Amino acid sequence: MADVALSHSSAITSRQSFLNPRRRRLITSVVLAAICIVWVYPLVWMVSASFKSNSEIFAGGGLIPENPTFENFVRAWHEANIGAYFFNTLFVTVGSVLITTISAALMGYALGRRPFPGRATLFGLMLFTLFIPQGYTIIPVFELLSNLGLGQSLWGLMLATCGHSIVIFTLLFAGYFSQMPKELEEASRMDGVGPVKTFWYVMLPLSKPIIVTVVVMQTLQAWNDFLLPLVITLANPALRTLSVGIYSFRGEHFIDWGGMTAGSTITIVPVIILFLFLQRYFIDGLAGAVKG
Amino acid sequence: MSATELHIPHTPAATRQGLAARIWKSRIDYLFLVPGLLIFGAFIVWPLIASEYYSLLNWTGFGAAKKFVGLQNYRELLQDEFFLNAFKRSFLFTLATVPLQMFISLVFAILLNNKLLKLSTLFRTMIFLPVVTPVVVIAIVIALMLSPFNGPINGLLLDAGLFERAVDFLGSPQLVLWTLAGVFVWKWTGVTLIYWLAALQTVPEELYEAAKLDGVKTWQVTVFVVLPIIAPFAVVIGLISAIAALNVFPLIQSTTQGGPFFASEVMEVFIFRIAFAPSGGMVPQLGYASAAGVLFGLAVMILTIFQIVAVRRARRKDPANG
Repeated sequence: MADVALSHSSAITSRQSFLNPRRRRLITSVVLAAICIVWVYPLVWMVSASFKSNSEIFAGGGLIPENPTFENFVRAWHEANIGAYFFNTLFVTVGSVLITTISAALMGYALGRRPFPGRATLFGLMLFTLFIPQGYTIIPVFELLSNLGLGQSLWGLMLATCGHSIVIFTLLFAGYFSQMPKELEEASRMDGVGPVKTFWYVMLPLSKPIIVTVVVMQTLQAWNDFLLPLVITLANPALRTLSVGIYSFRGEHFIDWGGMTAGSTITIVPVIILFLFLQRYFIDGLAGAVKG
Repeated sequence: MSATELHIPHTPAATRQGLAARIWKSRIDYLFLVPGLLIFGAFIVWPLIASEYYSLLNWTGFGAAKKFVGLQNYRELLQDEFFLNAFKRSFLFTLATVPLQMFISLVFAILLNNKLLKLSTLFRTMIFLPVVTPVVVIAIVIALMLSPFNGPINGLLLDAGLFERAVDFLGSPQLVLWTLAGVFVWKWTGVTLIYWLAALQTVPEELYEAAKLDGVKTWQVTVFVVLPIIAPFAVVIGLISAIAALNVFPLIQSTTQGGPFFASEVMEVFIFRIAFAPSGGMVPQLGYASAAGVLFGLAVMILTIFQIVAVRRARRKDPANG
């Protein structure tokens, strides 16, 4: 037994001179760096193409444009209406983020901390609907919005966009609130403060990380959403969001790759900036889905 | 600690209190639920119920009259080759993408989990970038990259002498679904990577150190110690990834719209075409599309229940969580 261990460790030391941990980490880093560059290359290539003329895009040049031009952006923004679509998307995104975050926080608080009758049933119902495909619900959602007179409006789109992830966000809030110490509420009850004030002054300020997570995730969700805005704007091109706008751009000007890549660049820049600055919250939110 | 130890007996007064009284006592709690329940009810619960009713109708367009036809839509669907093929394709697509995506992201996760790897955050961010990119943008990027006319990837393949002629990745009925599966894996690996990294957080740091002191090699620690610990997470991650792969509408609609010749028409693309974008001269068939949606939803639900049972079983087997 001792012999085996001894020969084993000597084998390791002889290997170590060659492949010590530091050198191994360096090799891993280099290989990973190469893979990651290939991984993001298509996106970088797309952004670079947006600064090239249509003839230069397929000329097989490098990433850096020879005659950088902003013409694609001007054309996309004005002629292809990407400018108007940008503000439509912004409106829907901001509204749905506000509504979703507030509703999910309120419902999550009640579900996570208040022992009201029907709590378990509601939990069960929410879990049951967690994985319903969007293709299942799109027809009734559109019919409902039409009956409310919102089938052709950005307000209707905004409201329906809140439905996508409200369950996941509520469960995130509920999980977070339920882990807070019991003394918080007992202290406020002693002071004669009701649940509304406790929620507003005690619970909500403490749940800042989860609020940011929900805001970031819903922003990405609303900004990138496709099926719902596609259906709602089918008969009303003026209401298109960026996703639908870029999609239709491709159908209408299918050879204007410069304009398309410029529109795409306009679409991804805000979400990528948001993600780069707040990625910790986004990743925490995703990780919560697995741990929970 | 078992549940019975934690059980706190109800005081007789609390149990004797009527349901109505308890509801009245919690009236403020229900106020908290109002906005959330309105959204949940209108956009999730109602569509779930309404879809089932719509599926029993002959209904040709949102303005048109609804006529009750019983189960006729279902009978027709089961004989509709387009439906059956789309159904099959959806699950084929899931079977192709989920294992690949889980494997690639697991390898990334194990490599990136090394705390001494200085650039691991940067690498994670780079792998995650396609996730935050809207699908329609991805569609344009891959149409350009994979173009058979001077696209960079075909250029590379031709220069390397691997092919004699350019490959039409998105235009060939034989290739299109697999091409899209590859694009899907590229786009979503970042999410699965985060899931695996979260799973790896549950492995105690001491295990790595104890193994190092014993002179066990890194790959041995990974295979024999780390993988068994994170194995129960695989079921949850697999479930979430499978659901995502079944909801692939945006990617396919924005790249190929189900073509060429319906070769990439998955379930939701089929539903969308029947309900919202019927081809020349046809009327939208909302009842028929709803029936397709109900059958698809049922299949997803069965898959979910099946997987949840598997999660429970995996957790029970694992002594650490039992």
